[in-house]
Amino acid sequence: MKRFIGFVKKEFKHILRDYRTLLILFGMPVVQILLFGFAIKNEIKDSKIAILDRSKDYITEEITNKLLSSGYFLLYENLKSEDYIESEFRKGIVKEVIVFEEDFAKNLFGEGKSGIQIIADASDPNYANMLINYTSSIINDYLNTLHTGHNIQILINPEVKMIYNPEIKSVYMFIPGLMAVILLLVSSLMTSISITREKEFGTMEVLLVSPLKPLQIISGKVIPYVFIAFIDALIIIFMAKYVFAMPIEGSIILLILESVLFITTALTLGILISTISSSQQIAMMSALGGLMLPTILLSGYIFPIENMPYVLQLLSNLIPAKWFVIIVKAIMLKGLGFSYIWFETAVLVITNIVLFVISIARFKIRLE
Amino acid sequence: MYDLKISDVSKKFGDVNALRDINLDVEENELFGVIGPDGSGKTTLFRIAATLLVQDTGKVKLSGLDNIKDYKKIREIIGYMPGRFSLYPDLTVEENLKFYATVFGTTVKENYDIIKDVYLHLEPFKKRRAGKLSGGMKQKLALCCALVHKPKFLILDEPTTGVDPVSRNEFWEILRNLKSIGMTVIVSTPYMDEAKLCDRVTLMQNGCILSVQTPAEIIEGFGKKIFSIRTDALTDTLKFLNEYKYTENVFLYGDVIHYIDIRKEIKVDILTQYLRTNELKNITIKEIEPSVEDCFLTLMREK
Repeated sequence: MKRFIGFVKKEFKHILRDYRTLLILFGMPVVQILLFGFAIKNEIKDSKIAILDRSKDYITEEITNKLLSSGYFLLYENLKSEDYIESEFRKGIVKEVIVFEEDFAKNLFGEGKSGIQIIADASDPNYANMLINYTSSIINDYLNTLHTGHNIQILINPEVKMIYNPEIKSVYMFIPGLMAVILLLVSSLMTSISITREKEFGTMEVLLVSPLKPLQIISGKVIPYVFIAFIDALIIIFMAKYVFAMPIEGSIILLILESVLFITTALTLGILISTISSSQQIAMMSALGGLMLPTILLSGYIFPIENMPYVLQLLSNLIPAKWFVIIVKAIMLKGLGFSYIWFETAVLVITNIVLFVISIARFKIRLE
Repeated sequence: MYDLKISDVSKKFGDVNALRDINLDVEENELFGVIGPDGSGKTTLFRIAATLLVQDTGKVKLSGLDNIKDYKKIREIIGYMPGRFSLYPDLTVEENLKFYATVFGTTVKENYDIIKDVYLHLEPFKKRRAGKLSGGMKQKLALCCALVHKPKFLILDEPTTGVDPVSRNEFWEILRNLKSIGMTVIVSTPYMDEAKLCDRVTLMQNGCILSVQTPAEIIEGFGKKIFSIRTDALTDTLKFLNEYKYTENVFLYGDVIHYIDIRKEIKVDILTQYLRTNELKNITIKEIEPSVEDCFLTLMREK
């Protein structure tokens, strides 16, 4: 046991003396969260639109005012005729054009219906979709207030309500995924590098000849990074709550425990990488290429898993981060308890055990 | 009694024969040297003895323990110093030593008497990081780390490579001291002049062992005449001697040429005559006693 403690102490010294890496380890979560939270947004704000109003009556004017006062849209230009629509889109500034038909108010009160054409630039399909949804819901809202006063047939509007993230704030979507990515990066990348470093330095030769057991060497390498990743997890949760006012509906203790579980999964992945790579460079490349990329692409962090081809959906089950993202969303946004996420938790636990057993078995007691 | 017995050991890395049918016995409390150029198989042999590699064929017994079956027990009694730098550059001298002491289940204090001789040289730098030490200091620290658990059997792979001559002498003095307190030491080196400092030496080349003898036996068994030649044009002299039909071996040795003739009866005059006909001037030729180096260089050429 004394040997083991000595070994862990040495590992902490390595980490604490490498200021640059230490800065990255603790600075990275902060910078990434701020970046994703503030800079990269997929919500609508001040989108530039153009309006072609052929009617120019009080209804179209009120609808225009509603749209522009919502904060989602900015009027870029009033178009004079249809001929300008295409050229306007080509400039790339205007993302949506709204066309009111002639005699809009007259038609609405006379025939009970009027036409509005909403044209969106679908070169960014998600964004176009959102613009259209926002626009039509604002217009419908307005029309509903009209109907109550007048004797017009009531239109049935599908009411779309966004639950869990009512304002569709993108930061809520990013944080669970970001947590997974950062914890994975810190844990698997750093442990795999630190084990292969011993091989490169030639110190592994002496460690192997020493009476230290493989289990002791591996866990000694892992323990310091459990601490660091744990602190990172706390930083992310703290920033989510206090910088972005993200709710933590469920138990914070459960959230932290699940985070620790995911950290250990990531660490065992790191150990596995180190047992198959001979140099720090190979370890780094396999951690980044073999873990980070699939995690970012297949965990549901950026791209919804439901929209993927079936094969990729199956493949995504192999990504531990996918399960962790589900767990974090369930706890933070939905406020669900353990009974709802036991399955995901069990998947992570089993992954852990399997990876750890493989790593110990693969750990070489000799140089070959 | 033999402390290390290597019988018919061979090892291949892919197509390369790193070791071919090695047979070697190291006696208890012996300072045994393995001399050979880079790539001769010294490191592979030492790693097999230290249980870090497994031989393809043959048997290795260290203190009666099998290097494959009983590798755990062997690891408890040996001290191993790998050929390359094996310390943590970001830890200080003191921390490196303490770490290895803890890992081997002992303390620096407990075995201080063993490492004292070496550690005295390092004491002034104990707060310095190992990565910032000079080559000789690094090797001394690595030796300290290999010694700190008081091993019975010490395996040192090229401890003096890259070390200045003064430190090399100190190093060998330390090794003789270790022998005097009862340790068995096997040490490898590419420097042939270090052979005379060992109890017995072996010469390795291309994965084979050429001879196992004491330094004195090697010189006695040489049985050929050797001359030291000095002229004012050494390069030309070397060329002419290489073309000479009676040449057994000729090589540059510091600022003179060592020449070995195949004839038993050979006089300085005959050589002087030969060199004169090749228009060389200021020729000084002396018959000398062969050194271990001369013997090895000739032996290596024969094989």
